[in-house]
Amino acid sequence: MIEPLWEVFVRSRRGLSHTHVGSLHAPDATMALRNARDVYTRRQEGVSIWVVRASDITASSPDEKDEFFDPAGDKVYRHPTFYQVPEGVDHL
Amino acid sequence: MNDLFTYTLRLGDDALIAAQRTAEWIAAAPQLEEDVALGNIGLDQLGQARSLLQYAAEVEGAGRTEDDLAYFRDERDFLNLQLCELPNGDFGHAMARLLYFATYQHLLYEQLLGSADEILAGVAGKAVKEVAYHVDHATQWVLRLGDGTDESHRRMQAGLDALWPYTGEMFASDPLVQRLDVAVDPAGLEQEWVRRVTRVIDESTCERPTSAYQHSGGRDGKHTEHLGYLLAELQHVARSHPGATW
Repeated sequence: MIEPLWEVFVRSRRGLSHTHVGSLHAPDATMALRNARDVYTRRQEGVSIWVVRASDITASSPDEKDEFFDPAGDKVYRHPTFYQVPEGVDHL
Repeated sequence: MNDLFTYTLRLGDDALIAAQRTAEWIAAAPQLEEDVALGNIGLDQLGQARSLLQYAAEVEGAGRTEDDLAYFRDERDFLNLQLCELPNGDFGHAMARLLYFATYQHLLYEQLLGSADEILAGVAGKAVKEVAYHVDHATQWVLRLGDGTDESHRRMQAGLDALWPYTGEMFASDPLVQRLDVAVDPAGLEQEWVRRVTRVIDESTCERPTSAYQHSGGRDGKHTEHLGYLLAELQHVARSHPGATW
């Protein structure tokens, strides 16, 4: 029997957010959390774990890559470094 | 023989032999995640064994080390529970054993925390958190297998039944534990053990085994035929190359 796939997110001791660390198989959420503890926090990698059923994630498609991401390529004015800070403004 | 040495050896041998059986599951468990989970559990047990055998060697004061105790004693000198040495059987058997043994260890270590012997109390302090997780792991599986398919229920029940006659030995009191004031008399753990194990078995929809016959002898070095084979595998490298180091 193939068990559902789960994506695992771990928050490290000094981190503020949960970071994706990998995936695993488990029959249900309770076992997924325990498997995640056993597979991904053996070396004190974290203090908190989230598991999400992979099928519950809606992901962008590689086919849409061009229209999704390319248009942002030439919008340099969206970066703060595009703007010159006027003289005399020290703590903007 | 020194009482404290013998007592520490009993606890250490339980952990060592359990670790060896648990490790046999690595690469043979039903899923990769379970290989890792059981690997972790086996290493916890091995860590407990090392601390206890190290202390036993020190208490004995005969110049032996933890390795001498693990690799150069014969079957009759091992004092572990027979429950720990039985072959793995199927996964239902493995989870039944882990439920029985880890629940026992958890109760034992909780008591040992209050021991006047600082080393034993220290080992117990570290181990009690480890075995709490072992209990949880076994519980999760007993519930799922017991309350799963007809086949998983049948196998879970078979595992619980097969190992039940080896659980009485865990709670056998004897003059040594009564004499040794830093030891825990396991007789006092039985009632709570039955209560905790029964709760899990009931919830799993399995039947709590009722077999009255109980095996015994492990604490006196009397073992099942299986321990000799286990030791052969555990000890053969150390005995073939005495003194070898990495």
